[in-house]
Amino acid sequence: MSQTQQQDETKDEALGFFDKPNNVKWILWVFYALCIVLVALDFVVHRHIYLDYEKIPTFYALYGFLACVLLVVAAKWLRLLIMRDEQYYDKNEEEKPFENEGSN
Amino acid sequence: MWIANLPPFIPFFIGALLLPFLPNKARYFTLLIPILGGLNLFFGAQDGNWHVIKLLEFDVQIMRVDKLSLMFGYLFHIAAFIAITYSLHVKDKLQQTAGLLYAGSALGAVFCGDLIGLFIFWELLALTSVWLIWARRTEKANKAGVRYLIFQVLSGVLLLAGTLVHYQTTGSLAFDFIGLESVASWLIFIALGTKCAFPFLHSWLTDGYPEATPTGAVFLSAFTTKVAVFALARTFPGTELLVYIGAAMTCFPIFYAVIENDLRKVLAYSLINQLGFMVCGIGIGTALALNGAVAHAFNDVIFKGLLFMTMGAVLHRVGHVMGSDLGGLHKTMPKTTIFCIVGAASISAFPLFSGFVSKSMVMAAMIEAGHEYLWLMLLFASAGVFHHAGIKIPFFAFFAHDSGLRPKEAPTNMLFAMFFASALCIFIGTYPDLMYSLLPWENTYQPYDITHTLTQLQLLFFSALAFVWLNKMGLYPPELRSVNIDMEYLYRKMLPEIGRSTRKATSAFGTSGRLMFTKMVSYAPRMSKTSSYSTAQTAKRMAAILAIMLLLGYVTKMI
Repeated sequence: MSQTQQQDETKDEALGFFDKPNNVKWILWVFYALCIVLVALDFVVHRHIYLDYEKIPTFYALYGFLACVLLVVAAKWLRLLIMRDEQYYDKNEEEKPFENEGSN
Repeated sequence: MWIANLPPFIPFFIGALLLPFLPNKARYFTLLIPILGGLNLFFGAQDGNWHVIKLLEFDVQIMRVDKLSLMFGYLFHIAAFIAITYSLHVKDKLQQTAGLLYAGSALGAVFCGDLIGLFIFWELLALTSVWLIWARRTEKANKAGVRYLIFQVLSGVLLLAGTLVHYQTTGSLAFDFIGLESVASWLIFIALGTKCAFPFLHSWLTDGYPEATPTGAVFLSAFTTKVAVFALARTFPGTELLVYIGAAMTCFPIFYAVIENDLRKVLAYSLINQLGFMVCGIGIGTALALNGAVAHAFNDVIFKGLLFMTMGAVLHRVGHVMGSDLGGLHKTMPKTTIFCIVGAASISAFPLFSGFVSKSMVMAAMIEAGHEYLWLMLLFASAGVFHHAGIKIPFFAFFAHDSGLRPKEAPTNMLFAMFFASALCIFIGTYPDLMYSLLPWENTYQPYDITHTLTQLQLLFFSALAFVWLNKMGLYPPELRSVNIDMEYLYRKMLPEIGRSTRKATSAFGTSGRLMFTKMVSYAPRMSKTSSYSTAQTAKRMAAILAIMLLLGYVTKMI
């Protein structure tokens, strides 16, 4: 009941800046453009190089992207292993401890 | 002179002692304690050992001033100021008193000069902080508080045991370099490691902090773990093992953080991740690395506090911080949103924000020390921390899908505390020289050069690109109402389960034992009047048995 009321209210509001798909699209294009500029700069600017890996062109960009994709994929797999429902730990605490058989 | 070198915990303790007896409004005056105490420390304190008190037969130094303790002293005054401001609206003297005592204990620990003093304040930290969890006054928080306290006190017991053995073998109680050699040092190491949330010992943090009150979590995030970092920097700098422990600490929590739904628990995991950088720095042990560890602790208290404050504001207004049920809050909490983004940018080490100028010191020291693979791990963690703390927290709380929630903006005092922390994050990030000048070791590190700025921006932007791409492809794991099992599984599920099944098994055994006994009893002759056995018959049988026994006796004698 209150949920639907709330949703009605939100419809009445003027659409916010981030609600308009065009604005979001625009922000994303600026973001992509910045990514491209950063990659381009890698070929213009001379980086100091301390390690062998860093010689790979755009090493940091590649590493950042791959690291995050790997992280998310691994975390999704991890979910299969470790995810439980919200009451997982509470269940047993609420359960009665086993019946005391000494009492009969 | 005496006032100038006043041990900083004393005003906090006096304030906490008086507060319960004063009217509610008196809580506004507690703000003066960190302000005046901090100024006094900044302008008055001189290097040296001041105030030695006699405790039993030991001299306990309670005011040891050097650059390291001063740095943490300033930090804890700032943190106390922020946290007290943030909790000014709370009309719960329990929390305010506990907060003051807790901050005071942390200050006591960093200014004490020997292991006895450390132990006393170490235990006080545990005993005072747990009230910030219990003050939530829910069944869940009560239980989490007890579990938290057990870990904290165990750490204290280990520290005491280590200190005693150390004193027995070396005759020294100095709170200085100890190094991993003897049994005693291992005991101390594990005691410090417990409070520093080493892997496998970390679950008190991720279990307890999310259950604390909105304001309590801000206190908690600042002190306990940073006192542990301070103590490690004093006693175990340059211990190789710490580098590996630290690298593990940076990496494993980020996997949990990505799939965790409770946003304050996400912050708790990312707190461990940040501690990892500090532990690495201490493990490397060069001047640059130790400075990096201390500087990062300094910044982390402020930006992690800021993030906990923004989530606390959401918790205060909405009543929960479950990512699955939040979203779109930027419409009605715009200021909190901006502060959260500043905190997120700082923890992700964006150039011009505070994380950038300190995390890079540890990274640079890692290369200098020749740990190439571990450096790659830290780089992975840097990308990961941006992913979960930098993007996930602000995105799922304030943007993402519109949850329809329209909470009010946070109270003014909360906004001011968040503003102050944000300003500090940006100030330290843009003008790091002031903080650098306070660092304990000689140092000429320059964070802003073109290589470093460019590479860091590339790393962060492409991490963000990965987030955008995964989201667009629908590959990003949705926020789900769930619990992820971690080390606490051992003592919240496995041990109780083992106990339960053992009791079941033994009780079954007991039942069958009882059954057997009753059976045996039922076989035995009953000596009632109606019994078929007569006394004469029994007497005859007994006589027969006696005769047989006698015979056997003679036979054995003859043989």
